[in-house]
Amino acid sequence: MHKYIIKRLLYSALIFFFVMLVIYIILRCLPTSYLENVARQMSQRPGSKTYQEWLAQLEAQYGMDKGYLAGYFGWLGNFITGNHGDSWFYTVPVIEKFHDTVWLSFWMGLIVMFFEIIISIPLGILAATKQYSVTDYTVSIVALAGISLPTFFFASLLKLVFSVKLGWFDLFGLVGRNYERLSPMGQFLDKAHHLVLPIVTLVVLSIGGLMRYTRTNMLEVMSADYIRTARAKGLDEHTVIYKHAFRNTLIPLVTILGGSLPGLFSGALITETLYAIPGIGYTSYNAMVGGDIPFSMFYLAFIAILTLLGNLIADLLYAVVDPRVRLS
Amino acid sequence: MKFNDKDKNDILASKLNEQAEAQTAVDTTAASEEEYSLNDDRRVKVLSPGAMVAKRFFRNRIAVVGLVILAVMFLFSFLGGVISPYAEDQLFYTETIQKKEYAGAVRNNDFRFLASGDAKFDSAIQAQVVLAVTTGQDAVTYRDTTYHVNREGEDFYSVTTDGQATLVGIGYKDVVTSSVEGQKLPFDLVFATLKAYTNDENAFELGGEQYTIAEGGVVEKGGEEVAFVSRYVINPISPDIFLSRDFQEQLVIALESGADKFTFTDENGESEYFIDYKPDVKNWVVRQETATRTYDRYAAPSAKHWLGTDRNGMDMLTRLMYGGRVSLVIGFIVELISLIIGVILGGLAGYFGKWVDFLIMRIVDIFYCIPSTPIIIILGAAMDTMGVDPQIRMLYLMLILGFLGWPGMARLVRGQILGLREQEFMVATEASGLRVSRRIFKHLVPNVIPQLIVSCTMGIGSTILIEATLSFLGLGVKFPFASWGNIINDVNNTFVLQNYWFIWIPAGICILLTVLAFNLVGDGLRDAFDPKMKR
Repeated sequence: MHKYIIKRLLYSALIFFFVMLVIYIILRCLPTSYLENVARQMSQRPGSKTYQEWLAQLEAQYGMDKGYLAGYFGWLGNFITGNHGDSWFYTVPVIEKFHDTVWLSFWMGLIVMFFEIIISIPLGILAATKQYSVTDYTVSIVALAGISLPTFFFASLLKLVFSVKLGWFDLFGLVGRNYERLSPMGQFLDKAHHLVLPIVTLVVLSIGGLMRYTRTNMLEVMSADYIRTARAKGLDEHTVIYKHAFRNTLIPLVTILGGSLPGLFSGALITETLYAIPGIGYTSYNAMVGGDIPFSMFYLAFIAILTLLGNLIADLLYAVVDPRVRLS
Repeated sequence: MKFNDKDKNDILASKLNEQAEAQTAVDTTAASEEEYSLNDDRRVKVLSPGAMVAKRFFRNRIAVVGLVILAVMFLFSFLGGVISPYAEDQLFYTETIQKKEYAGAVRNNDFRFLASGDAKFDSAIQAQVVLAVTTGQDAVTYRDTTYHVNREGEDFYSVTTDGQATLVGIGYKDVVTSSVEGQKLPFDLVFATLKAYTNDENAFELGGEQYTIAEGGVVEKGGEEVAFVSRYVINPISPDIFLSRDFQEQLVIALESGADKFTFTDENGESEYFIDYKPDVKNWVVRQETATRTYDRYAAPSAKHWLGTDRNGMDMLTRLMYGGRVSLVIGFIVELISLIIGVILGGLAGYFGKWVDFLIMRIVDIFYCIPSTPIIIILGAAMDTMGVDPQIRMLYLMLILGFLGWPGMARLVRGQILGLREQEFMVATEASGLRVSRRIFKHLVPNVIPQLIVSCTMGIGSTILIEATLSFLGLGVKFPFASWGNIINDVNNTFVLQNYWFIWIPAGICILLTVLAFNLVGDGLRDAFDPKMKR
């Protein structure tokens, strides 16, 4: 087991190396005019350095003054030693901005995941146990609609109904106008109030996938021989479903949910941007659109690590949950 | 194929049932028809695998609904653009009524002077005369000359020298202007007109001719208008406006009656004029109500524009049609690119195995791990900065999306081929000595196609969603091209969100329906292709 984990970690590190190499080359391949444009924009900000100084710094930081490989190793070395540089867009150290924003995204993601689980798993099981019934069709179509719904369209609809027509929520932002004057508890509630719509958006858009996944796996289990055996020996349907079928459905579910745990930190890029919630997603969006290379590289590396970690956790959990699987 | 027998049996069973029923019917009437023997091939109608898939697919009502939606969307996008009377980027204009400043009027409270013939009547003397009038004197002396100031009428004085003998000039407040553009009135006429006008007479005689002064100060000679007297000085607001005599008369009448608006008809038609008095500068501002041509922005749905117009004054319904074209075409091309790369690499990996498989799968692992959304956003923003042409940009977008999408396809193909390679029928093809190419294309590929079709159908849906999201963020398809995403983009403007539902709701529904339909059809196909799924 330990050997397997170490092997997987090393392999992940290798993948990470190549992923970041590809990303680095993509960013480097953007024409030089891009860097110059960024430098020009930067130098026009009030109280900024001159254009030449910016360009020199950009090239040094981006490794533009070196070859692709040398530049990449320079970046990688900095990344591993924890030297992430300063964000050009936010003019603070990258790691500081990251710490400021990532926890909001994490808590948001956690709440979304909680609702996602308690809504979609029971519905998925319900649909599977009553296959081809009206309930099944309804659940399937709702799940598909959730997958097919464009985030921005759904968010706009929610805003129209709940912010404009009913006036229950603000259109944008994490805090209200009176935030500074509120008590700590009031501040917390204010933030929670502003997070309702983004969380609803994320939950509605994410339940579809998990619901379908639950249904498919449940259906597979329900057609297994041991379910027929359970029924044949006269167990009541409730026991069959919840004691025999559902427990076995849990194997893929736990695997996929465990694998998505690191993703909680990655933030919801689009949704946060739509609601202007200053989580890691919105922050990185602004940084990426604003040509903030240190922050973008850091964010991309972070996401890559989370993805690899998710895969690793999923594989390990699969072995832990399912005793039939032996790691090798 | 394995499932053929099973399905044949089903069909056989149902046929038998039907026959039994038919038999009872036949027995009662006439038992003349010949019966097939049990193992007669004509008894069983054998369907090809394709026909069977189609049959299963069309039995799935939800999938058929999806197919119908897709058909409608395709017709709407590809045929709609042809049928629509408008072009993709045709601008529409509207006439809006605006009150624009047109002229200014001021009541003349200063004396104006006119010299008689060549007489010396300079501004120094004029100043002395004004002084005399205000102080009530009837004579002033300037440079050893005595000027007599004689009151001729209200605010109308004549100035004489040499003991009333010589007329030097006149001072007046009511302005006499010629009716003919650019023509100067003779001094005598001005004098006579003012004399009559300021004494409220409506007729006078000059040089043997009879003149009349009509209401509003129009001086006529024999029914013909020659001049115009008024206390008001009227100037156009800008030099390119010519104020006709008629207009000035109308305005003066309105000013004197204290009206705040009047209508006047000129060669451009009738328009309404509004008069505002500005006490601080003591003048009147005349504003004309005119129709101005502007872009027909955010027009509400009407018979001409079924879904109104957008922020640029383009027909919304037509934009939606062309937008659908762009969205669908992008979806297809992107999926085609990933399909080609994925099938080739996945096929190679699956068929050859060993180090080829190892190498390709490591590349797939790497691409799988690349965070595609951030990369696309960065590239989109970079293209923004570099100002890439919208058309080329669309091409880049397709290439980028296609290139980031192939690893999933490659994994799918490889997995399928790995499984199929070990099956008996592949051993059989090898044993019967078929060529490698025939083995691959006749026996291996057709068995992967069902999964590919399902995966592509759903892939197109998600590609449309990604493209729409990018365009919504302003990083995808750019103006002047329409795509469903960039049509909704306008909702970022809170005013549009609140007031113009027709700008963004139809486009959103189009995206939702199309993606949903692709998913439904994909689901239906998956079930139809799956021999284990039996309904």
